[in-house]
Amino acid sequence: MLLLGLLAVGGLYTAVVPGNSAVADDAAQSQQIEEGKKLFAVNCASCHGLNAEGGTDGEGRMAGPSLIGVGAAAVDFQVGTGRMPAMQTGAQVPRKDPVLNEEETAALAAYIASLGPGAPIPPEEVYDVSNATEEQITRGGELFRTNCTACHNFAGQGGALPQGRYAPTLMGVDPKHIYEAMLTGPQQMPVFSDQVLTPQDKHDIIAYIKGMEEQSDPGGFSLGRLGPVSEGLWGWLFGIGALVAVAVWIGAKGVKAGRSHSE
Amino acid sequence: MSDDRLPAKPDAHGEDDGYGGDLVLADPAGDPVADPGLEPHEDRITDIDPDAATRVERQVATMFGLATLLTIAFVVAYFAIDKDTVVWIGPLRTNALNLTLGMTLGLALFLIGAGAIQWAKKLMVDKEIVEHRNPVHTSEADQAEMLKEFNAGTAESGFTRRKLIRRSLIGALGVLGIPPIIMLADLGPPPGRRLFETVWTEGIRVVNDVTLRPLRPSDMVIGQLVNGLPANLQELAEEDHTEYLNAKAKAAVILVRIRPDQITPLPGRENWGVDGILCYSKICTHVGCPISLYEQVTHHVLCPCHQSTFDLADNAKVLFGPAARPLPQLPIMVDSEGYLAAQSGFHEPVGPSFWERGERG
Amino acid sequence: MATKFAPPVQYIDDRVGIGKPFFRHALRKVFPDHWSFLLGEIALYSFIVLILTGTFLTFWFKPSMTEVEYQGSYELLRGLHMSEAYASTLDLSFDVRGGLLMRQVHHWAAILFVAAMMVHMLRIFFTGAFRKPREFNWLIGFGMLFLGIIEGFIGYGLPDDLLSGTGLRITQGMIQASPVIGTWLSFFIFGGEFPGNDMVPRFFIVHVLLIPGLILALVTVHLILVVYYRHTQYPGPGRTNRNVVGYPLYPVYTAKAGGFFFVVFGVTALMGALLQINPVWLYGPYNPAEVTAGSQPDWYMGWLEGSVRLMPGFETQILGVTLSWNLIIPALLVPPAFVTLVALYPFIEQWVTGDKREHHLLDRPRNQPTRTGVGVAFMTFYGVLWLAGGNDLIATHFGISLNNVTYVLRVLVFVGPVLAFWVTRRICIALQRADIERLLHGLETGVIVRTPDGGYYEKHAPIDKFETYTLTLHENQVPQELGPETDENGVAAPRRALRKLRVKMSEFYYADNVLKPTRHELEEARAHAEHAHDDGHHAVEDVTGDEQLDTTTREVEAGSGRDH
Repeated sequence: MLLLGLLAVGGLYTAVVPGNSAVADDAAQSQQIEEGKKLFAVNCASCHGLNAEGGTDGEGRMAGPSLIGVGAAAVDFQVGTGRMPAMQTGAQVPRKDPVLNEEETAALAAYIASLGPGAPIPPEEVYDVSNATEEQITRGGELFRTNCTACHNFAGQGGALPQGRYAPTLMGVDPKHIYEAMLTGPQQMPVFSDQVLTPQDKHDIIAYIKGMEEQSDPGGFSLGRLGPVSEGLWGWLFGIGALVAVAVWIGAKGVKAGRSHSE
Repeated sequence: MSDDRLPAKPDAHGEDDGYGGDLVLADPAGDPVADPGLEPHEDRITDIDPDAATRVERQVATMFGLATLLTIAFVVAYFAIDKDTVVWIGPLRTNALNLTLGMTLGLALFLIGAGAIQWAKKLMVDKEIVEHRNPVHTSEADQAEMLKEFNAGTAESGFTRRKLIRRSLIGALGVLGIPPIIMLADLGPPPGRRLFETVWTEGIRVVNDVTLRPLRPSDMVIGQLVNGLPANLQELAEEDHTEYLNAKAKAAVILVRIRPDQITPLPGRENWGVDGILCYSKICTHVGCPISLYEQVTHHVLCPCHQSTFDLADNAKVLFGPAARPLPQLPIMVDSEGYLAAQSGFHEPVGPSFWERGERG
Repeated sequence: MATKFAPPVQYIDDRVGIGKPFFRHALRKVFPDHWSFLLGEIALYSFIVLILTGTFLTFWFKPSMTEVEYQGSYELLRGLHMSEAYASTLDLSFDVRGGLLMRQVHHWAAILFVAAMMVHMLRIFFTGAFRKPREFNWLIGFGMLFLGIIEGFIGYGLPDDLLSGTGLRITQGMIQASPVIGTWLSFFIFGGEFPGNDMVPRFFIVHVLLIPGLILALVTVHLILVVYYRHTQYPGPGRTNRNVVGYPLYPVYTAKAGGFFFVVFGVTALMGALLQINPVWLYGPYNPAEVTAGSQPDWYMGWLEGSVRLMPGFETQILGVTLSWNLIIPALLVPPAFVTLVALYPFIEQWVTGDKREHHLLDRPRNQPTRTGVGVAFMTFYGVLWLAGGNDLIATHFGISLNNVTYVLRVLVFVGPVLAFWVTRRICIALQRADIERLLHGLETGVIVRTPDGGYYEKHAPIDKFETYTLTLHENQVPQELGPETDENGVAAPRRALRKLRVKMSEFYYADNVLKPTRHELEEARAHAEHAHDDGHHAVEDVTGDEQLDTTTREVEAGSGRDH
């Protein structure tokens, strides 16, 4: 009788109380969030407010928007590409060397995610393009040219926006960050939600971008992959320059002997 | 012609070659300095030193010889190098065949040219020679002769005398210019109403470009941009590819979702959106480039061609740049199955302006 | 030395008569030697390169907009549906050996062709080589420049890629917006709506047959005239309006000009090897719903692009029709007006100066300050519009606001040319004065001499007679005169208002021109210099504070004596 009772209580206990690993997960998670909160206070609160509710610069202008509900992916993108913490306010916050390492970035992301629901950090399989098929890459190109080139240019070199803003280059960007940018729409970039551009669509786009990055320039120096403006510049500087130099050589009088011909 | 030096007296100006002109010279007394004639010829080193000349000869021959070798290298490379090989040279990552063919050919040609030029400059006789120049116009004597012959011919033909022949000939030839122009009439169909219409009409769903997925309002979040097409475009793609492209060039749209409190619709357009989701023509009203450079915070779109900027929260009003009209807005609704669809076609012609467009088309 | 033709030559001579004086004189035709006379040759040789490489390309390019599925070597686009034109361009680039090289050499040669024509035209302008009898050649050359630009634009539109397709869409939009006939013209050119499927085949024929044929005909006439008139030459000792001094065609110019052809071809081929141009595989096939940031046309269309970018957006709807001022002004009015002014410049200048004589001696630009100023003003206007065509790239590369770049250029397009004119004219006049200084006072030797009483002066050496002649060979010119209002019988002079305008303009044209010293002044200056060498003083010392200074640089008084 006692054995049955013990077994029952033991079984009940096991069923109801979460296992050790779950406890450990929870504990680790809350520790991470705590860490994130501390990092936030030091690095972000001055612009984004003590509770990430958004902050002003003292003159009523917004210094940092509210981060409640932006989600972990947005944080991972902004901090992972070094954009945040921003060093100075300007027309746009540029990409730079990350200030916080991966662990700190993850902690911050966890903290922000805890404040309100938002897009989570994508799992690796959606942005891992190492096994992309030819069909996916070609399709990705079509999607890229329809949705991305208007801002980022045909080769992902970036482009101008109004009032001093710009769409940055896509070259040398981690696939995860490309995914997160599409998903969260950082700064002026619009959002491309997973319901419209599915994870497969986004994967294909990233595959194309990486394909283009690895693509050689069979015609020679790429001249920036910026189109006819740089080509025209080089045509004049190199082409006309060289040819005029040769023309000057042809017409030059040349060294004289300084003495006359003696027969 | 001859090698003589010129006479000392300059005849560069002041001489009236029969056409007068009303130019006045300030100092008719003539030039301050008389023409000293050509500068005396100075020898080059290669003219007086046979060794120097031989050196240059070898130089030129070397250039030609190298050019020959490079041309052979071109031929070898063409067959030897695989067309897909990529080569890395410092920052340059390029196609090996293109680089090799171009460099060998380019240098070969250049060296031939450089050799010829060096030969001319250093070895060919470089004494300047003088050629006399006659006035371009005919001398008076020749003019008289010419007129005599021409007038004789004209008189013999009777062209000036016989007015009837002359006039009828001119008439016949003149009218002959019309058929070539008329023959071009079938170059294209008359524009008709085509520029006023698109394939959009009531009930046609908006689908995402490329993926052709239809859209529910819940698929879009605030700040989202969707490049869209009408759902009925795809059937056209299978039927007639050209018609499909023509229709696409007018029917492409963009959908954006903006916070409803930021939108200021014109009177009558209050129900043209769905919960802050607005649909506009993607075709710029300036000269027709597709626009999808959307800034989600300012809700402006910028056309990359000439930088026309439109405010999508304010009926796509033009804020900057050469566009003269806002982007036409497509009124949308949610259809019976919950997808975004057009309430009707556009209320005005899309794309660039044209003469017949008038107020509202 | 042989006196009879060798048998093969005799064979030809029996049928052509190649030994006649006409050909003999052609052999020893004289061409003057100066680098600036070779610029037109760059254009000519580029044209030949274009024909050679272009012919190669036509063997593979398919001028058709029929849809095909790409299955060639370029992986990033494999399986995509595209026009045959685009697919065949990809084939040329990746699957035809040497195809990419030929494509790139062709495109670079086109870039150089137009650039060289422009530089050549500027040289002709600034040296006054367009004056009688060469006005027709100016017009022909101008026509070739215009045709070359259209040819290039159509040419890079043939592959039907995203960038050039966007450019064609813009052109179509501009045509469509033209008043009255716009829509009809657009439908007729494109065979219906845009893009349609007639665009590529029609433009192909224009590009490979019509325009090259026209250019070929024009350049033939152009060169015949150059040879017929005999080449112009810069002023110098022994060079007059009645001769031409230089080297003979055979052998010197055969080698120099022939060699230069190989150089031009070689440089273009090197550019085709090293500098990637028009990478159509990166742009993707044309799709009317796609566009790229940084859409620009090739450089020679840049000024039109800029003109359209700078114009604010105005249009009026009146009586049921639309007048698109935002397109009419920058595309249909301003560019034609500008190019017409340039084309007609020789005639305008002739009317203003009244100079109807033949000119075979060139002007040094400094001796025609107004013409040079006008030229620089035109270049500035063109240049500002050209910069405006790349305003978004300027914005991103220099970190400036795109909108501010546009605002600044809108102002600069008006202010710039005026400023450039004024500055250039003053520089020319200053250079003329420097010439006078050189004539009267000689070269600065850099040798400083100290006099016994402590003064310093620099020794000047007189310039030789050859240079003196060169510096005084140009003409003094003064404005036209109005003439009497009536002749001796009291009959009023006809078209007086026009004549007044003409005189006013010639005053503007010649105002502030520096007159060259007279023989007397030159001799006096020389005497001074000689005198100075004897007793250790130098002419410079005498001139300082001497009244002589006021008369050595006389200026034309133009009515109110305005200083520009």
